Amino acid sequence: MPLRLLRFGLGLARPDTRILPLPQELKPHYDVVIVGGGGHGLAAAYYLARQHGITNVAVLDKGYIGGGNTGRNTAIVRSNYLTDDGVRFYAESMRLYQTLSDELDINLMYSQRGHLTLAHTDASIRTMRWRAEVNKHLGVESELIGPDEVARICPQLNLSRDVRYPILGALSHPVGATVRHDAVAWGYARAAGRLGVAIHQGTEVVGFAIEGGRITAVETTRGRIGCGKVLIAVAGRSSLVCNMAGFRLPIRTVPLQACVSQPVKRFLDPIIVSGSLHCYIWQSQRGELVMGGATDPYPLYSTRSTLDFKEGLMAHMLELLPFLGEVKIMRQWAGLSDMTPDFAPVMGKTPLSNCYLTAGWGTWGFKATPASGKAMAACVADDRPPELIAPFRLDRFRELDQLGEAGAASVGH
Amino acid sequence: MKIMPCPLNGPRNIQEFICRGEVRIPPAADASAEAWAEYLFYRENKAGIVREWWCHLPTTFWFIAERDTRTDEIIRTYTFDALDESGSGR
Repeated sequence: MPLRLLRFGLGLARPDTRILPLPQELKPHYDVVIVGGGGHGLAAAYYLARQHGITNVAVLDKGYIGGGNTGRNTAIVRSNYLTDDGVRFYAESMRLYQTLSDELDINLMYSQRGHLTLAHTDASIRTMRWRAEVNKHLGVESELIGPDEVARICPQLNLSRDVRYPILGALSHPVGATVRHDAVAWGYARAAGRLGVAIHQGTEVVGFAIEGGRITAVETTRGRIGCGKVLIAVAGRSSLVCNMAGFRLPIRTVPLQACVSQPVKRFLDPIIVSGSLHCYIWQSQRGELVMGGATDPYPLYSTRSTLDFKEGLMAHMLELLPFLGEVKIMRQWAGLSDMTPDFAPVMGKTPLSNCYLTAGWGTWGFKATPASGKAMAACVADDRPPELIAPFRLDRFRELDQLGEAGAASVGH
Repeated sequence: MKIMPCPLNGPRNIQEFICRGEVRIPPAADASAEAWAEYLFYRENKAGIVREWWCHLPTTFWFIAERDTRTDEIIRTYTFDALDESGSGR
């Protein structure tokens, strides 16, 4: 081994370690154009090529791959949702995540650490019991536990009754995990690229040519591309891109801020969430505490940071883990959440016959990346949404058939 | 602290206010279910200058604010009676 290392170090030959193929010119036509090079768009590109043999595909991103919400979420995956449709969908996504490192040949640092959603009121105990029963019925590991069990799983938590919002119990989800989010984008991009998908970074979509209810071409900052089908996967900018295509969405774009502390010695294993206190925390492999709260109080397309966010977050966080008063914040950022009225995503067909949409991912999109990508690839290839995502159709709002997932959003909004 | 200039209470911490969304004209009471669904759920969600209903919670005072959703600037605020019939501010 040392000899091989020495030879490698002194040698001139270096293996090609590019993740993406070299940038190419835009072709005049692609069978499928995917707008948005985040996790969802790249995953859809990969499954289109892998499962459906459609490889004349272009992924366009105005910035760089994974530079939007894929790199801005707090990397938590779980499936303890409230509606049957939601639980089935997110459970499928976690099933795909569990073997994704092998499939994409990249270390996603999938780390199953357990997920506790704390309850501080009788109302949240009631919702959690409901969630636990729905979850178990559908085969998802999930249980309502009391304060003693919370203390056993996470002794660091302040379980005193002498605080403003004492911990009354928790929804325990032992399979809750964290995944290195950048690697998900890179893994899908590399695998899709190897199957022939073209990934064009720095290519912004500025308009669509529409004839007879179909998109015939996509206008970009690098020129015009003819297209067979179009998939829109642009998260917080969904309304803007869909407005260019001539239809409106039931979505508001609201910033979601998050932060990490300076690194400290490993002390916290599970992911801790409190819906009532609008905060959540877990400790990364680097020792940083990853923390976030509720979305901002009004719609905005700016990723600016606010003192209000940090004050609100810390006031609650210090009640849960008082010793954090000694720890400093190191970095802070924001992403743009595309919020739907029922806190469930929008996946499937659009008013344009060859245009498909995956949007409304609000604050819950990262965990859905593999299932959304796989299902949307099938939807684009077959021109019909698979059963798994049929309930998430855009038309549910016009048909007054919403999903009601607000009770399972990680923190209040 | 971000300041919202309230037409009734003057400049106040924006945490005292709640944003209740775009100013729009509701459909007629006998409009179709689809028209009501459109009104209730669908949004312009513009990146640019928007006109919205805001409420100062301690005084329950409702008013209109114009702000830029790209820059988080509040451009102006005024009371409901300054809206003309077409829905565009005077």
